[in-house]
Amino acid sequence: MNKPLRRISLFCGLLVLALLIRTNWLQYVQAEELSTRKENRRVQIAQYATERGNIIVKGEPITGSKVTDGSDYKFKRTYTDGELWAPVTGYASQAFGSTQLESLEDRILTGNDDRLFFDRTIGMFTGEKRQGGNVVTTLNPDAQKAAFEKLGKNKGAVAAIDPRTGAILALVSTPSYDPSRFAGNSKDDEKAWVELKDSEDKNLVNRALRETYPPGSTFKVVTAAAALEHGVVSDINAATDTPEPYFLPGTKTVMVNHAQGCEKASLNKALEVSCNSVFANMGDKVTRDKMVETAEKFGFNNDKIDIPVRAFASIYDKKMGKDGNAQSSIGQFNTAATPLQMAMVTAAIANDGKLMKPYMVDQLQAPNLDVIEKHEPQEMSRPLSAANAEKVQQMMVNVVQNGTGGKAKMNGVTVGGKTGTAQHGEGNKKRPYAWFISYAEMPDKTSPVAVAVVIEDSDADREDISGGGLAAPVAKAVMEAVLNSQK
Amino acid sequence: MSVVTNTTTIGAIELPSRRNTELLLLGFAVLIPMFAYANVGLAINGTLPPGMVLYGLGLGALAGIAHLVVRRYAKYADPLLLPLATLLNGLGLVLIWRLDQSERLQNLAKRAFGGFSPSAPRQMMYTAVAIALFAGVLLVLKDHRVLQRFTYISMAGALVLLILPVIPGLGADVFGAKIWISVGGFSIQPGEFAKIVIAIFFAGYLMVKRDALALASRRFMGLYLPRGRDLGPILMIWAMSLLVLVFENDLGTSLLFFGMFVIMLYVATERTSWIVIGLLMSVGGATVVGATASHVKVRVTAWLDPFDCYATSGACEQVGQSIMSFGSGGVLGAGWGQGNSDLIGFAANSDFIFSTVGEELGLAGVMAFLLLYGLIIERGVRTALAARDPFGKLFAIGLSGAFALQIFVVAGGVMGLIPLTGMTMPFLASGGSSVLANWILIAILIRISDTARRPAPAPAPSPDSEMTQVVRPS
Repeated sequence: MNKPLRRISLFCGLLVLALLIRTNWLQYVQAEELSTRKENRRVQIAQYATERGNIIVKGEPITGSKVTDGSDYKFKRTYTDGELWAPVTGYASQAFGSTQLESLEDRILTGNDDRLFFDRTIGMFTGEKRQGGNVVTTLNPDAQKAAFEKLGKNKGAVAAIDPRTGAILALVSTPSYDPSRFAGNSKDDEKAWVELKDSEDKNLVNRALRETYPPGSTFKVVTAAAALEHGVVSDINAATDTPEPYFLPGTKTVMVNHAQGCEKASLNKALEVSCNSVFANMGDKVTRDKMVETAEKFGFNNDKIDIPVRAFASIYDKKMGKDGNAQSSIGQFNTAATPLQMAMVTAAIANDGKLMKPYMVDQLQAPNLDVIEKHEPQEMSRPLSAANAEKVQQMMVNVVQNGTGGKAKMNGVTVGGKTGTAQHGEGNKKRPYAWFISYAEMPDKTSPVAVAVVIEDSDADREDISGGGLAAPVAKAVMEAVLNSQK
Repeated sequence: MSVVTNTTTIGAIELPSRRNTELLLLGFAVLIPMFAYANVGLAINGTLPPGMVLYGLGLGALAGIAHLVVRRYAKYADPLLLPLATLLNGLGLVLIWRLDQSERLQNLAKRAFGGFSPSAPRQMMYTAVAIALFAGVLLVLKDHRVLQRFTYISMAGALVLLILPVIPGLGADVFGAKIWISVGGFSIQPGEFAKIVIAIFFAGYLMVKRDALALASRRFMGLYLPRGRDLGPILMIWAMSLLVLVFENDLGTSLLFFGMFVIMLYVATERTSWIVIGLLMSVGGATVVGATASHVKVRVTAWLDPFDCYATSGACEQVGQSIMSFGSGGVLGAGWGQGNSDLIGFAANSDFIFSTVGEELGLAGVMAFLLLYGLIIERGVRTALAARDPFGKLFAIGLSGAFALQIFVVAGGVMGLIPLTGMTMPFLASGGSSVLANWILIAILIRISDTARRPAPAPAPSPDSEMTQVVRPS
């Protein structure tokens, strides 16, 4: 009977071998895939198993954690002034995932980051509970609050940058949402989530980074920069050859001016009263390709602007015809920009032509507050020379002093700005977008703040919607807040 | 190790008994679970568990008693079986204790049964009873061949055991499987014991009938087909196993019995045709049952794609969770007490206890456990090879074959290698019947191996040698 016994033992060996192969397959070959499957709740359990680190604004945490009982997820995220900071923090929800800083810096916040390996190892021996690191932002709470309060019930967004470094000072989107409302995984959280997700106001959209609008007349500063850079204009006070009426190149369509006195107006005058014809003419003369070149130096057509939250690409069409280019030069047609992009344009001009890479995470801190990463300001590009930047600045100051941007005027501070009222909708039927971009200059000629404001919709009558009227006061409040907080 | 001397020219040299080896290994088998226990306590509560010393002493005392009984009553037994069983049982206790600490399972139990009672103390008690039974078997059963006398009584006994759970009032339907009976507050799984009893019947029956089955057959298409009257019992067993499956929703047990019978038949008759016939029949049976019985169909679907029905019906939730816990464990595992294998739910400490090994000890731990089981099987098969009597050979191979099949069916099920059957990992899973039955199984293997390795008794003094004595001059 021994021969069949030996075969049976071989068979038993094969059974065990099959199991050994299977476990290697599951735990080695497929381990990564299985452990990160969407059905695998362990990922989220680990994410909320320890107290998350905080997102910090000017030394104060704007996030927190609290223990949730009777749930797989031990800690729940809380937010201080959630609506105010939502465009900065994003959300971290036990049930609905996470976005923006909460998602991008998740490994620091949970303490899983490789750079925290040493802390974790020490903690393992000292028996300390695992903690998350902190994310220190560049935001200015006064500017953020000013923008949020001034926007009020209007639908809109504000982006403010420190032109000298690229640090983001304010990032507001209204109407906003409170991420605390759906941070857990209860029925109430789900209700709040569904409500927000399906809301007509698109509360969850970060308008400052993730929504593009036709920039309208604010784009004229880009066209002016391009005209100066490419030698189409050298004296901003010299008359241009713009006829009245001005026909779009190759068409019989008149470029309508809402302003008076645009015929042969100088660049300075044209910006002051916002002549469409002059800038359409300039854009045409610069030519499409050179317009694209300058716009791209300002950050247009770049879908990789990470601050570190990725902003949508702003568009300056590379393939349109001459008439399209002329229209695009006044910020209509295919031109589209995020509020961040227009803030970058303003910042580059205010910073004497040097565009600093925008960022909003200043430091990443280990749980013991050691700095594990610090952002160093980086130059992104030079869209225009210092001399030309000086000229555009002069024109923008003139807009505030004598032109459409009067409402941004501040006592004792030089302010440069540009209004914009962008048509949109089929046949321009919808309410126009009100834009305002501006910067404030200190006596030493440096600018601590550049801001872009867009108001998508408001209760004002159509006739009253204008960048100068609606958006400029918001920009002024933000600039004041920044200047005051620096005193 | 003294050499027995007598007056014969050929002295019988006593085999080494290896009892001291066993004692040393037992030391490790108690020490390793103690470390594991300390590890779980530190991971979950940050302190050494208060019962640690008591636990170590308890396990050590049980192992010591078992060892003394073996030393006294089965001197020549295989030295590995007892330490292996002790180690697995000890680690099983730690795993169960670890799952007792899970808040998630506690809440689940409170919601489902209105209260939570930890399983580890009960398991400890069952272990004590099981080791007492182990000792009892070795004390009472001086020679395994005695069991031959009970061939037909065991058949009847096995049938009764299998049918018990279906009897109304006695059987308890737990989560759809009718494999328990509850007596005076205790639930017993008769199938676990039936495994041993039926092996006695098979071994006794086949020992008698092996020649008839092997030789009285007709050749048909290259296969030796036995006569109908000899084929009767195998058909009966097949039908019985199918019935068990159909009435008790117990795919695993039916597979186990059938596999065990085919293995023993093959060993007894040395005819490969039995393997072929057995395979054909089981495939046939499985196809029919798989296509008709709805709960089997569900399990097959869950096996084919564990994540397909995950969101929709939840039927594959358990298998999916189990596979993910293996995947999340990775190579080194999350560490004792630091995984989330309790996500599997109420079966985490019974059917799916191996998933906890997978997640918390990782690939390394799972392989170690599989090798421990593999060693038990290997020692069992070795015992069968060494046994001198056909009954002992058949009995030992039947038990070890069944053990191997059970490991394969359970581990393969929770790892998604084969459809899930709902059996428990021997020694690891929470449950009294399983612990008791498997300790009895080990006791029997130890008894057979003792008989097999026992040196032949010294021959009686030979009268011839007396004859050649030098006659002293008077």
